[in-house]
Amino acid sequence: MEVVEKDKKQELKEFIDSVKNKEHGDSYLIAVLHKAQGLYGYLSREVMDTIAQEMQIPTAHIWGVATFYHYFNLTPPGKHVVSVCLGTACYVKGAPQILEAIRNELKIDFGQITEDKMFSLQIARCLGACGVAPVVMIDDKIHGEMTPQKVVDVINQYRKAEKKQ
Amino acid sequence: MSKKYIITICDGTGCIQKDNAAIRKILEQQLKEHNLTNDVRVNLSGCLGMCDKGPIVVINPGYTIYGNVTTNDIPEIVEEHIVKGKPLARLAIQEDHLYNRFFRIFGDAKFFGKQMRIALRNCGIIDPENIDDYLSLRGYEALAKVLTDMTPKQVIEEVKLSGLRGRGGAGFPTGVKWQITARAGSPNSPRSASDEKYVICNADEGDPGAFMDRSAIEGDPHTVLEGMIIGGYAIGAKQGIVYIRAEYPLAVRRLEKAIADAREHGFLGKNILGSDFSFDIDIRLGAGAFVCGEETALIRSIEGGRGMPRPRPPYPSVEGLFGKPTLINNVETWANIPVVILDSGKWFSTVGTERSKGTKVFALAGMVVNTGLIEVPMGTTLREIIYDIGGGIPNNKEFKAVQTGGPSGGCLPAKYLDTPVDYESLAKAGSIMGSGGMIVIDHDSCMVDIAKYFLEFTQNESCGKCTPCREGTKRMLDILIKITEGKGEMYDIENLERLGNMIKKASLCGLGQSAPNPVLSTILNFREEYEEHVKDKKCRAGVCKQLLTYEITDKCVGCGACKKVCPVVAITGTTKAKHIIDQNKCIKCGACFSKCKFDAIIKK
Repeated sequence: MEVVEKDKKQELKEFIDSVKNKEHGDSYLIAVLHKAQGLYGYLSREVMDTIAQEMQIPTAHIWGVATFYHYFNLTPPGKHVVSVCLGTACYVKGAPQILEAIRNELKIDFGQITEDKMFSLQIARCLGACGVAPVVMIDDKIHGEMTPQKVVDVINQYRKAEKKQ
Repeated sequence: MSKKYIITICDGTGCIQKDNAAIRKILEQQLKEHNLTNDVRVNLSGCLGMCDKGPIVVINPGYTIYGNVTTNDIPEIVEEHIVKGKPLARLAIQEDHLYNRFFRIFGDAKFFGKQMRIALRNCGIIDPENIDDYLSLRGYEALAKVLTDMTPKQVIEEVKLSGLRGRGGAGFPTGVKWQITARAGSPNSPRSASDEKYVICNADEGDPGAFMDRSAIEGDPHTVLEGMIIGGYAIGAKQGIVYIRAEYPLAVRRLEKAIADAREHGFLGKNILGSDFSFDIDIRLGAGAFVCGEETALIRSIEGGRGMPRPRPPYPSVEGLFGKPTLINNVETWANIPVVILDSGKWFSTVGTERSKGTKVFALAGMVVNTGLIEVPMGTTLREIIYDIGGGIPNNKEFKAVQTGGPSGGCLPAKYLDTPVDYESLAKAGSIMGSGGMIVIDHDSCMVDIAKYFLEFTQNESCGKCTPCREGTKRMLDILIKITEGKGEMYDIENLERLGNMIKKASLCGLGQSAPNPVLSTILNFREEYEEHVKDKKCRAGVCKQLLTYEITDKCVGCGACKKVCPVVAITGTTKAKHIIDQNKCIKCGACFSKCKFDAIIKK
């Protein structure tokens, strides 16, 4: 585990080195945060401190940027991230009921994580898959034409796959 | 060796979700089994627009479109269509003769009848990850023409002549914007700072319910790049940036590939096509902030800061990215440019209406039969879009309203169905063109709830910089929540109107200036629904939970399922006898309603 952490830090540093000396190097801060979140799953205080030192930008400023954008997580996500689309198309096609069903099934609210750390729940504002509304995105896969029953089935599939491993 | 058939599988987000990968696998297996791999070419394409009928498979020649294809259908399609040469009528999407200059390309489906594709001309036809496909359909020809035959001034004149207006929503004349940016920084301009300039493509498509830009980039990324390179030449920039949402990983990947391919072919980089002109394009990812669709906020975000807008002027055309003159256009605007150059601005200006030229792409979604991506000439009526292209409302339900322009737009009721789609007419009717989201709403939706939904969105996305937007939207939302909970008073409706108009006038950027629109337009067009919520404490669509009453009818067989599921023990009754809900205890959670198998519980 220790080795893997080191690798991540190394990769982040290398990425920062590759951008910080470009013209307007500071402007790559958001790209760096994307990279960091891709590596760690979320932006911890330690990671932000590392970025601050490497890029010579105050942590306060980085914190300001990270909290401004919804895409960045400040707490660790679950193993599977469930995003319920609440875009207009999904909303008029019954997304609130889908959200309700997931809440009941996972017994968490959005922004929270299940006790077994398996799922975390978030709200998405339009995933651009309105043609198959209502949709739920789990990790990177979009599940379309959901119903309250279907979404529970999908969650159970993930649970089953997890047990098999 | 030429192939006898070309089979194109749609690889847009809708079809990927419906597992087009399995279709491709089985198809390739089948072709191998029949020893047909040398006669048939299998292609992928971007979104064809018929998302509800996915997965889509198109076989050429003959332009046969197959919809709702399953892996089990593939052997039959191969056997009948490829081996025997007879299209399979069972799966082919209804053929319909029509007069459309694109029907030879897209096929004779009614869905395309009233459409006209300029920005999306290659979407669904070419393989977006193959630059040769784009080149075979006059790709980068406009760029070559511009670099060899036209001066930057002539390019700008051509764009001005076309009458093209910004497709991001505001509708500012594109040619004029180009001219201002081209002049900025020149010796006779007041702000002659430097010769450094930037070109930006705004692909931060944040409107909930809109997916035009996503599909355009996923389906034909090179068109957008070509438009940007031409723009760079016209204003004298060396660097272009595409600012795109991180939520669109596929679009980002295809864009990255397209940029790499364009570089390799010499369309990007130093001395493009042997000319003196050098230009390159970078991608910057957004991070989920709606306000970054506003140009000054977008620029701030590219600079690496919190995406907050700033007062204009100075406009980005004069002082933009890193303080330099910057040309920002929306994805769809860029995608129109190569056509304006190739087919001339004069031809482009023949399409559309007096003041709105060309076509507009809409993401048609919500309660409509054919959901998907469409492109229509300006001036097409809402009725034509919803009924002729969209196929009307599913389950024979009645049309209630159409929402255009997302959280910045408004809801138009049935009396506006014959409104032509152009910037002025939609504004006059109380909505806006917007970037192209079009959501159809039926009578199962409550207009007060829809207004509340949009305001929740804008309130959440307000960056907090200016008070009218930060505080005003919050107060408006409070009032709306009060109304939907049955605690509203008549003066609340007037307060909403007053507050809304104030926010529109006093906010700093487009987000605040348009945030009250969904509320104001629903009050204007559906005032009686607001009044019902306030006076009668009723929600006619049965959406606002606090205003509902659940009742058990005589259909009840006394199974007791509702009693078990009720969290507050509000239901009483003995087995095999009709149950009763105690309205004083009921918390209106709806659990009994969804549990009852006999439709014996009704909500009023």
